Amino acid sequence: MSTLRAYLTSERPASRGQARLGQYYRQWRSLRSNPLALTGLIIILALLVIAALAPQIAPYNPIAQNLDQRLLPPSAAHWFGTDALGRDILSRILHGTRITLVIVVLVVMSVGPVGLLIGTLAGYFGGPVDTLLMRVTDVFMAFPRLVLALAFVAVLGPGIENAVIAIAFTAWPPYARVARAETMVIRNADYIAAVRLQGASNLRIILRHVVPMCLPSVIVRTTLDMAGIILTAAGLGFLGLGAQPPLPEWGAMIASGREFIFDQWWVAAFPGMAICLVALGFNLFGDGLRDVLDAH
Amino acid sequence: MATMTRFGRSTGALAREVMTILVTILGLLVVTFLIARVMPVDPVLAVVGDNARPDVYEKARLDMGLDKPLVIQFWLYISKVFQGDFGKSVLTSNLVIDDIRRVFPATLELATLGTLIGITLGIPLGVLAATKQGRWPDHIARFVGLFGYSIPIFWLGLMGLLLFYAKLGWVGGPGRIDVAYQDFVTPMTGILLLDCALQGEWDAFWNAASHLVLPSSVLGLFSTAYISRMTRSFMITELQQHYVITARVKGLSEMRVVWGHALRNAIVPLLTVIALSYANLLEGSVLTETVFAWPGLGRYITNSLLQSDMNAVLGGTIVVGTVFVGINLLSDVLARTFDPRAR
Repeated sequence: MSTLRAYLTSERPASRGQARLGQYYRQWRSLRSNPLALTGLIIILALLVIAALAPQIAPYNPIAQNLDQRLLPPSAAHWFGTDALGRDILSRILHGTRITLVIVVLVVMSVGPVGLLIGTLAGYFGGPVDTLLMRVTDVFMAFPRLVLALAFVAVLGPGIENAVIAIAFTAWPPYARVARAETMVIRNADYIAAVRLQGASNLRIILRHVVPMCLPSVIVRTTLDMAGIILTAAGLGFLGLGAQPPLPEWGAMIASGREFIFDQWWVAAFPGMAICLVALGFNLFGDGLRDVLDAH
Repeated sequence: MATMTRFGRSTGALAREVMTILVTILGLLVVTFLIARVMPVDPVLAVVGDNARPDVYEKARLDMGLDKPLVIQFWLYISKVFQGDFGKSVLTSNLVIDDIRRVFPATLELATLGTLIGITLGIPLGVLAATKQGRWPDHIARFVGLFGYSIPIFWLGLMGLLLFYAKLGWVGGPGRIDVAYQDFVTPMTGILLLDCALQGEWDAFWNAASHLVLPSSVLGLFSTAYISRMTRSFMITELQQHYVITARVKGLSEMRVVWGHALRNAIVPLLTVIALSYANLLEGSVLTETVFAWPGLGRYITNSLLQSDMNAVLGGTIVVGTVFVGINLLSDVLARTFDPRAR
């Protein structure tokens, strides 16, 4: 163990791999010393575990209706009570982690690369390319996010895939902005000039030498953005435009509890707490990650 | 002479700004136009109804200019939009612009009050957090910030209704005013509180206020989270500046150093933050209005959306987008006016 630590913390790494691992190790140590970030990480890990094991740990079927058991208050048999169709709310929340994760992962996977590409192209080439790309970015930034997502869903029709597309369409501009700002600094660095003198093409410079340097900022931005994505997705679900019944999407579950809010509060209350907890996890972890990765 | 050139430069920058904004609004129109053209709903059927005869259908199609090339259609579209003509709402069978004019004051009322709450709570909280870093005001600010960024606004609204309306009875329920008072006031400004006050209907005024307090507090929390976070970071920067040391050396009280000197310099960037927060609340009102059955623009857009009333949705989207852009322009102008460095 101590040799491993010595290997990782070595002042003179013998290989590129060792240097990289050493850097990861130091970042992990500084993240570990931040209790809030660690709390966030634990929440995210719990989310992943629950999503993976949902069918095993959920006490009931999340979709099967049981009309004898409608709107039961929280009890030993149903910890979070049951909804209007007699479904166990705890089981639905546990299964709902999968939908939340799918939405977040799909949005991030589509938005990150697109934003990164547009931002680095604009920042690297400058001039008319920059003006054109940033003008487009500004147009999308000028729209309030949820309203634009609503308009897109209106065209595409409600559903989980379309909600993902709509959120992705509205979420990329900040990433492009971040990547552009980083690139404008990087492109004047000496090592870029050196690579260029060696005859590297623009494409190679961007992909191999600019993009990796932009990644930390984009990753931080992504983590901080995940809470926003979750909230937007829940908002669409609440308005009936996201995941459709009987899928146990948290926003839609809150909407279904709306009409019983004054008498059967648990139908809407618990899914909302789940959203809060997960969004909080991403926010805490993102804050910590920013301190570690983003010195400036 | 010097003032002349400075003035000239600043109007040049302003002109550039206005150009940028015109381009942005044009882009906004391109997006909404394309959305309207690719939507699966047939716009002609929406007007003439499903059972129209073929000749009626064809005439309506020609009237709407749908046989012309896309570029011409776009030209017709933007020339209409610039005259404030968004077409007719299928749902209410009014002109969309009239509908929007009717519902917009309700949203304005909500977002304005929410922002005011955000300013009055957020700025002092942010200043305290910056001056007492790592102590309890800082922790409260951090907590409020995390809270505001992690809670679904519609859920908070529902829980607020459950607690303060149903259980405690401290506030009015959904809607802008009790049905009993509805006919007491004739709409003048559309801002209900103002209308009640102008007509001296104080019972109605207090009733409307009791309905307004919860939704605007919900929006206010989000505004507070954002404003306090930004105030804190601006103040931390300002408090490290040399002029703060100078002020302290001259023996000014800590109160005057912080609130008189440092905060004064943080006001300019804060104006931008407040403008952004205001614009965000216009958006946040989409969900809040749904929860509180608040007859504003957000609910108008979502209701129209659920009924596939595209004219209304796109009209509403354009209005919200334009207001958004306008607020950003306003904050730039304010920053330019108050901060000589930005000129």
